[in-house]
Amino acid sequence: MIEVENLVKKFEDITAVDNISFDVKEGEIFAFLGPNGAGKTTTIKMLTTLLVPTSGKIKINGFSAETKKEEVRHSFGIVFQDESLDEELTAYENMEFHAVLYGIKKELRKRRIEELLKLVELWERKDDLVKHFSGGMKRRLEIARGLVHHPRVLFLDEPTLGLDPQTRNFLWEYIKKLNKKENMTVFLTTHYMEEADKIADKIAIIDKGKIVIIGTSKEIKKKTNSDSLEKAFLKLTGKPIREESATSLDHMRLRKRFFGSRR
Amino acid sequence: MNSPVYIMWLRQIKRYWRSKPRIIGSLAQPLLFLVALGFGFGPIFEKAGGGNYLEFLAPGIIAMTVLSSSLFNGIEIIWDRQFGFLKETLVSPVPRYKIILGRILGGATVATIQGIIVLLISLIIGFKPTSIFMIPLAIFFMFLISIFFAGVGTSIASKLEDMQGFQLIVNFIFMPLFFLSGALFPLSDLPSLLNQVVKLNPLTYGVDGLRLSLTNISHLNLISDFFVLFICSIIVVFIGAYLFSKTEV
Ligand SMILES: Nc1ncnc2c1ncn2[C@@H]1O[C@H](COP(=O)(O)OP(=O)(O)OP(=O)(O)O)[C@@H](O)[C@H]1O
Ligand SMILES: [Mg+2]
Repeated sequence: MIEVENLVKKFEDITAVDNISFDVKEGEIFAFLGPNGAGKTTTIKMLTTLLVPTSGKIKINGFSAETKKEEVRHSFGIVFQDESLDEELTAYENMEFHAVLYGIKKELRKRRIEELLKLVELWERKDDLVKHFSGGMKRRLEIARGLVHHPRVLFLDEPTLGLDPQTRNFLWEYIKKLNKKENMTVFLTTHYMEEADKIADKIAIIDKGKIVIIGTSKEIKKKTNSDSLEKAFLKLTGKPIREESATSLDHMRLRKRFFGSRR
Repeated sequence: MNSPVYIMWLRQIKRYWRSKPRIIGSLAQPLLFLVALGFGFGPIFEKAGGGNYLEFLAPGIIAMTVLSSSLFNGIEIIWDRQFGFLKETLVSPVPRYKIILGRILGGATVATIQGIIVLLISLIIGFKPTSIFMIPLAIFFMFLISIFFAGVGTSIASKLEDMQGFQLIVNFIFMPLFFLSGALFPLSDLPSLLNQVVKLNPLTYGVDGLRLSLTNISHLNLISDFFVLFICSIIVVFIGAYLFSKTEV
């Protein structure tokens, strides 16, 4: 479902993604782990056609991300690491906007939006402006939005960042259910090792733009002689804290996610 | 309606409608210009044989309103980039030119509404159009001016990441565009160099078209006013679409 070959992304002076290759099979839940600044978001941006790779090949759902952009874009849904809602619109309007961009006809659109908003328990708040939502509510809305067009692949970039345990559990259970029911492929990143351990069929660990290991959680623990994924992760990526993680824009939006917005 | 262009357009209208302070704030400047210049310069203008200055000035101030509203509308792209919403439109399977077309049409509609509000204000102050039947034509010219400058603003914004940079550039081009357009003074007896510069300014044709439809005074002619603006608009929409298609997040 996702095929990546020798993918490289260079920004002026740094190589954010350094020659990585991997495959994700249809229906698989794939966790992409790594310290801050490892290149996870950059990889997702290339997989979702937001960034043009410096070199390398990407295929999503059998379509090349270079030449068949439109088909690729139809194939996936995404929940971004930082905010991506229009806060001046209501929850319902954000959903509707998305559905229209994806060419979903009116009847079906109404049905799906209602179904999804009820599912993430935002139906009662559907006519409230998003700027009045809490962080968790926005996150739930973003997830619902990413599913409106029934994507074949769902990208989740740290979807549980800043969420309470209840919402996190709810979210993963739902993702798992969708994955089973619709055979939807899931590509996720997270810094919570237990989450990855619990949900992922396959895990890749990336550090400084390179994949250091790839396999099931069991295999990774065995290879590194660790009894938990977290220990394996630390062994593979070392103890020191990564100084730099995201661009200033990303930082701004992340701050906003944590401390709420004021405009 | 089920079209991406329409939903992009609708989003801008909703955002505009929901920001009442912005609407009111952006009307303060044209109002000040109308009152201060209209009544301040009025007597001199009349003494010099130019006729009623308010009649002359009102179309120019309407053009100014439309110009600044449409030009500055480009900032919404930068806004969307900073608040993350741009990604939502960029991952969607909608061709880039449709996204940009929706934005330009939305920005142009908002600018035209602002222009209509200033027209209403000037009517209250004492501006008298020659014929009310020509007002639709005036609104049409407002829309043409808006399309062109919304296209310019959007093109500039496609290349920039920060708002300060955008504001700097747009302020820098706003002044000459406005002052060298015949909005404030008649084009009849200009020195020839100035005259040529003024003729290169697309806004000149918009101001002329507006003035012609509202007061029947004109230095150029309706057909050329229309075609210059129309062709410039088409070109700039293409440029905007091209620049926007190169956008990465
Ligand atoms: N647009 C950009 N311009 C320059 N450098 C960038 C840009 N985007 C990302 N980088 C750099 O690329 C590297 C990888 O960043 P990326 O956001 O992919 O990390 P990440 O793995 O998602 O980290 P985190 O866990 O903090 O989200 C970082 O060093 C980052 O500063
Ligand atoms: Mg990231």
